[in-house]
Amino acid sequence: MDLNTIWFILIAVLFIGFFFLEGFDYGVGILLPFLGKEDLERRAIINSIGTHWDGNEVWMLTAGGAMFAAFPNWYATLFSGFYLALVVMLLALIARGVAFEYRSKKDDPVWRNRWDWIIFAGSFIPALLWGIAISNLIRGVPIDDKMNFTGNFFTLLNPYSLIGGVASLLLFTLHGSIFLSLKLTDNLLEGARKVAKKLWLPATIVLFVYVILGYFETDMFSKLGVNPGAIPILAGLAILSVGYLLKIQKEGWAFVMTAITIAFSTITIFMGLFPRVMVSSTNPDWSLTIYNASSSPYTLKVMTIVAIIFVPIVLAYQAWSYWIFRKRVSTKQKLEY
Amino acid sequence: MDALTLARWQFAITTVYHFFFVPITLGLSIAVAIMQTAYYRTGNEAYKKMTKFWGKLFLINFAIGVVTGIVQEFQFGMNWSQYSRFMGDIFGAPLAIEALLAFFMESTFLGIWIFGWERVSKKIHLASIWLVAIGSNLSAIWILAANSFMQQPVGYAVRNGRAEMTDFFAIITNGHLWVQFPHVFFGALATAGFLILAISAYQLVKKGKHEVFKKSFKFGAVYALVGSLLVILLGHTQAQYMIKVQPMKMAAAEALWESENPASMSLFTFGDEKNRKDVFAIKIPGALSFLAYNKFEGEVKGIKNLQAEAEQKFGPGDYVPPVAVSYWTFRIMVGVGFLMLLIAILTTIQAYKTKFEFKPLWYKIVFWSMFLPTIANTAGWIFTEIARQPWTVFGLFKTADSVSNTVSAGEVGFSLIAYTVIYAILIVVMVGLMKKYASRDVDEIEKEEKEVNNSVLSKA
Repeated sequence: MDLNTIWFILIAVLFIGFFFLEGFDYGVGILLPFLGKEDLERRAIINSIGTHWDGNEVWMLTAGGAMFAAFPNWYATLFSGFYLALVVMLLALIARGVAFEYRSKKDDPVWRNRWDWIIFAGSFIPALLWGIAISNLIRGVPIDDKMNFTGNFFTLLNPYSLIGGVASLLLFTLHGSIFLSLKLTDNLLEGARKVAKKLWLPATIVLFVYVILGYFETDMFSKLGVNPGAIPILAGLAILSVGYLLKIQKEGWAFVMTAITIAFSTITIFMGLFPRVMVSSTNPDWSLTIYNASSSPYTLKVMTIVAIIFVPIVLAYQAWSYWIFRKRVSTKQKLEY
Repeated sequence: MDALTLARWQFAITTVYHFFFVPITLGLSIAVAIMQTAYYRTGNEAYKKMTKFWGKLFLINFAIGVVTGIVQEFQFGMNWSQYSRFMGDIFGAPLAIEALLAFFMESTFLGIWIFGWERVSKKIHLASIWLVAIGSNLSAIWILAANSFMQQPVGYAVRNGRAEMTDFFAIITNGHLWVQFPHVFFGALATAGFLILAISAYQLVKKGKHEVFKKSFKFGAVYALVGSLLVILLGHTQAQYMIKVQPMKMAAAEALWESENPASMSLFTFGDEKNRKDVFAIKIPGALSFLAYNKFEGEVKGIKNLQAEAEQKFGPGDYVPPVAVSYWTFRIMVGVGFLMLLIAILTTIQAYKTKFEFKPLWYKIVFWSMFLPTIANTAGWIFTEIARQPWTVFGLFKTADSVSNTVSAGEVGFSLIAYTVIYAILIVVMVGLMKKYASRDVDEIEKEEKEVNNSVLSKA
């Protein structure tokens, strides 16, 4: 396997980590104003991800940095091409990050309520936009022979990508509600369970519609064939099992299953892309690939050594921080504000 | 305005704004870590109160620094895609390593620190804040490694129409990096030091002479003194280095039109930038040579000669940066730096000698000097980046070639307005919160927290 392929896989891994981790904290942010009625409840909900959301977001920053380092042309075409969508996403993330830190800094219900809705919007918008972005990567966007995006903002808003956006939104929200049912107690726990049960069916339906559309809108069918292989099928089976697992109150397993759905769907999309990183709808030959978009072999080698040393360390201390704060958050204990 | 001009404004505004908060984060994280170490070792409650008080202010500042940093990372691809294509092979690596090494560490251990007061052992809790401080400063090293390449390209070869990395070790041992990072680091200490001083002064005047703020005041004074002194000494080293590596930058900083030997230093120049000559100037003979070489002779090259040299090397074109902006930002940075040093020395002496019996006027001076480091920091960055023009990568790649060719002026204009508006709102909110938390009664903090806890428990 060459270094280009290794970096393609590494970036896929970063996106999987990002969607799995930030996926549930987007979900938690989206559910915050609905599940938490009074201030203490909302604080408990925020504290369930309080220690983690910032570290989860770094997965995205690292994925962005890794794209820049390993595939600069991918980074350049994608970020300049999806310009306005990214501006909107950045504004949402700015507001969201500040809101987590500032919402409790004043003992004023209006102030707090306002920030809580900013957390909602700041989670909702990226959860939606990531699905749209990923769908456009694989469906293809107009790219010319100089690797320049020649479309505009509305090119990105086609039925397929919009369904992809709704699918990611629903999947992350479901994932977040299950996460909350593992982290909360009493009334909040009941609320989270209820929401998870309600969300499961629409999330599953939209996801399957998205998959079916994918066969028409992308070249997944010709690439993967009638039998797509174990990974996409397992992604589908996992989301199907969530309904049953929620019914028998096995939230831990349900969480594992939504995690598998997210991870395996991401893998499927990256398999569909490979060896391309962005598909050109203008001319397939103008697609960006792991070869024409990549850095020099030397840079890839340096980056590989850095990644081999530091990725395990990062994984270890992030896992450890989850372990430290593994207990459920209850409104009856002292809450860190 | 065209997309290039707008993209440059956007980069300037977002970067300068981001750097309002970064030095406070770098300096204050270490300050809080030192305070908590003092608490850990002595068990003195005053140090715990200090840790909590300054820790809250640190967090309010940190949040805004982090979220504006995201824009910085994405901006290269969004507005400067041609630059990203040309430079990605070299520039992307430090950015990716910054995220992997520094951001993860910073964010994960900050989470543990905020939520871990009663959940992890005291030792681990203390280690967490130190890891946050180390992570923040590591991140500065990596981003400055990237910036240093733009000032002084090393370890590369131009192949396949782009700059390719040939020596990673050269990039992280770049001489420019190791004069730049210490300058930024001690500038950050000074910034945090003056902030601590100012708020402590306010507390000492308004709320009486509380032990926590006497201790904080002394701490801030020493911090500001060490920071100001070293930032000047290292700035001097950096200037000498600049003459060797980026002579045009120094010539612009001094508005030195012709080469001189010995070179005089300008105290005040009112120049005619178009015709490249002085209209009115006061100069100290030989001083620039002394600054450059530690002796009163030696040639310092002037703008006209350097322009001629550049034309020979790179072909016809204008290789002179905006001289007036370079000249004045350099002077503001240096002048404010010396003012900071003076205030820090006088304040430190008084703090240790007079037992805080200052004249009210001095408290006022100390309070308002909190803004001095930010003025110097801002002027310094504007100077560094403007005086490098017309290059994004010195001698290698021009700003005009760097901009995204698929992004319209309308799109950049929209994002520029959007960022400016949200940044303006954020700073109002942030300053409001800083004010609220800076004027808190330090003895009430623990009580407030206990009350929240009790009201919760009584409800349950």
